[in-house]
Amino acid sequence: MKIMVAVKRVVDYAVKIRVRPDKNGVETQNVKMSMNPFCEIALEEALKIKESGFAKEVVAVSMGPSNCVDTLRTGLAMGADRAIHVEASRDLVPLTVAKLLKKLVEVENPGLLILGKQAIDDDCNQTGQMIAGLLGWPQGTFASKVVLDKEKHTASVDREVDGGLETLCLDLPAVITTDLRLNQPRYATLPNIMKAKSKPIKKYTPEELNVEIKSDFEVVQVTEPPKRKAGVILSSVDELIDKLKNEAHVI
Amino acid sequence: MRFGEKSVIQDEDRLETVNTDWMHKYRGSSKLLLQPRSTEEVAQILNYCNSRCLAVVPQGGNTGLVGGSVPVFDEVIVNVGSMNNIISFDTVSGILVCEAGCILENLISFLDNQGFIMPLDLGAKGSCQIGGNVSTNAGGLRLVRYGSLHGNVLGLEAVLANGDVLDMLGTLRKDNTGYDLKHLFIGSEGSLGIVTKVSILTPPKLSSVNIAFLACRDYSSCQKLLMEAKRKMGEILSAFEFLDIEAMDLVLNHLDGVRNPLPAPMHNFYVLIETTGSDESYDREKLEAFLLSSMEGGLISDGVLAQDINQASSFWRIREGVPEALMKAGAVYKYDLSLPVERMYDLVDDMRTRLGDSARVVGYGHLGDGNLHLNVSAPQYDDKILEQIEPYVYEWTSKHRGSISAEHGLGLMKANKIYYSKSPETVKTMGSIKKLLDPNGILNPYKVLPHSLDS
Repeated sequence: MKIMVAVKRVVDYAVKIRVRPDKNGVETQNVKMSMNPFCEIALEEALKIKESGFAKEVVAVSMGPSNCVDTLRTGLAMGADRAIHVEASRDLVPLTVAKLLKKLVEVENPGLLILGKQAIDDDCNQTGQMIAGLLGWPQGTFASKVVLDKEKHTASVDREVDGGLETLCLDLPAVITTDLRLNQPRYATLPNIMKAKSKPIKKYTPEELNVEIKSDFEVVQVTEPPKRKAGVILSSVDELIDKLKNEAHVI
Repeated sequence: MRFGEKSVIQDEDRLETVNTDWMHKYRGSSKLLLQPRSTEEVAQILNYCNSRCLAVVPQGGNTGLVGGSVPVFDEVIVNVGSMNNIISFDTVSGILVCEAGCILENLISFLDNQGFIMPLDLGAKGSCQIGGNVSTNAGGLRLVRYGSLHGNVLGLEAVLANGDVLDMLGTLRKDNTGYDLKHLFIGSEGSLGIVTKVSILTPPKLSSVNIAFLACRDYSSCQKLLMEAKRKMGEILSAFEFLDIEAMDLVLNHLDGVRNPLPAPMHNFYVLIETTGSDESYDREKLEAFLLSSMEGGLISDGVLAQDINQASSFWRIREGVPEALMKAGAVYKYDLSLPVERMYDLVDDMRTRLGDSARVVGYGHLGDGNLHLNVSAPQYDDKILEQIEPYVYEWTSKHRGSISAEHGLGLMKANKIYYSKSPETVKTMGSIKKLLDPNGILNPYKVLPHSLDS
């Protein structure tokens, strides 16, 4: 079985985000970019499944401008066998990514498609669900545990939901999106970094895949959340009552 | 003399904390803690104490490791922690002027917003204050790249024992007018004056930081790796640290949320290399090429490269966490030595042979600067163990013309040990300077210089 993993290049999770002066987005110039943490977890899960003998090959996919290749190299250095880069000059919205992934799935025929539950830059949490819908495949989202059954050709997925944990059994092929507690991603070791240099990265363009890049919405404005006002230290209960009554007007 | 309520503390619980050092090894019995809010208040305090020959201990974050920041008896503690304002920052030159009580980590955060970094960084950054850093000439993790505080501090303001304020708070890169007195206060551990303000040159924050965690089979590989690193990527090298298998084992066992970045088995030595530059892909290629050729050459047995900032922080957590892990493991005898790089680890091996099963010898430190942190970990403090360590460790260091205190200072712990690293004439001159600036000997007595000089 082949596993396909979609990975996204985002602003590093630990960076302090700043809004651009033109308010059209966040500052990405001269800012550290890394693989989306949930995508890292997705790739780690794929690698573990391969290491336990359930899959033969792990293919990492990324979509966007040429620097996506950095993220794919990281994926290859973690242990993916090969990579696919869909070159696009603009930011892609989840629906477009899902449509492109559908075409790639038709070419590659993976038994499992694993994605991060959401990207930390747009927090959309849509791509996994959309691709499952387009393919007509079952989906197990917010996975905190994945167990494969080779004979029955199914995957048992524990999902983190508001009420606790829900376990689903999915027939393969299926889509899984990963949540934080699924695993702890491995580091890229030097021998693997060395091997990664000779692993192939295949390039596609959206035209080759017959998908039109368009977006049905535009970002109007990006602003910082309003700054929290400083608190005031009061010196007596009387002062508190006075403020609650005369300033906050709540009593 | 009048101070606000908050500035005079005689509360027993608060006094307990400020009377004890970070390692819980030294405890004084001061009955009075003063927290001045301005240079004028510091001057008033010292003037008063000097006129009555009352001893004073200058104190900042109290993170020192040689007992220099706590009283020996009942000296008055003057803690500058309330003087924590940033006075000015020049975004063109990167010159930061601030009060001595500013916590290092807060300065780092402030500068981060401006696109700059502090030229020094150490594990204690969450608590240590810049006045204390300057007074101890703290080294830290980035000295190999940015040099020592003697180079980065452009000026300071200090209060002398008699209350005179020396305003040497220059912000000039070059100023050759007379004797550069600020250097006397950098590293004299509060024994010549209390530092109240600092002016420091801060480097711009470069965008590309890469970090590798490596395993080496033996110490000579670590050494060769250092030489190769300086030669092949010296211009982007920003840190070169090492820890031995004992240090790694302690960290993995005593700290929460820490895991070994490398797969089993455990290796004899671990090296952390950090590069800082302005071009991400160029630096990364350079580092990767260096690491791969070192691996092919047999210098590295295994290694990982951090792929994001979280992974980078986890590598630093390991190296910066060694002192904490040692504290949790029991009693620690700490030694901080500068030695010729090729002989550095011989001392660790010798100590292991000497101590046998009675204690655990741990070696780690700033390999890039030739600075070994030799620690002996035992279940309890035991004079029999101490006898095996001292004076052997100092004699060994002295024989190789090393320093018995690379960066921690002398404090109380090594006050009488200075002759292992400095000549009698030099120490005598130091004594004369001390007598000149502090004739009544009220500033941090019993520390830094040998007691025999007092007579």
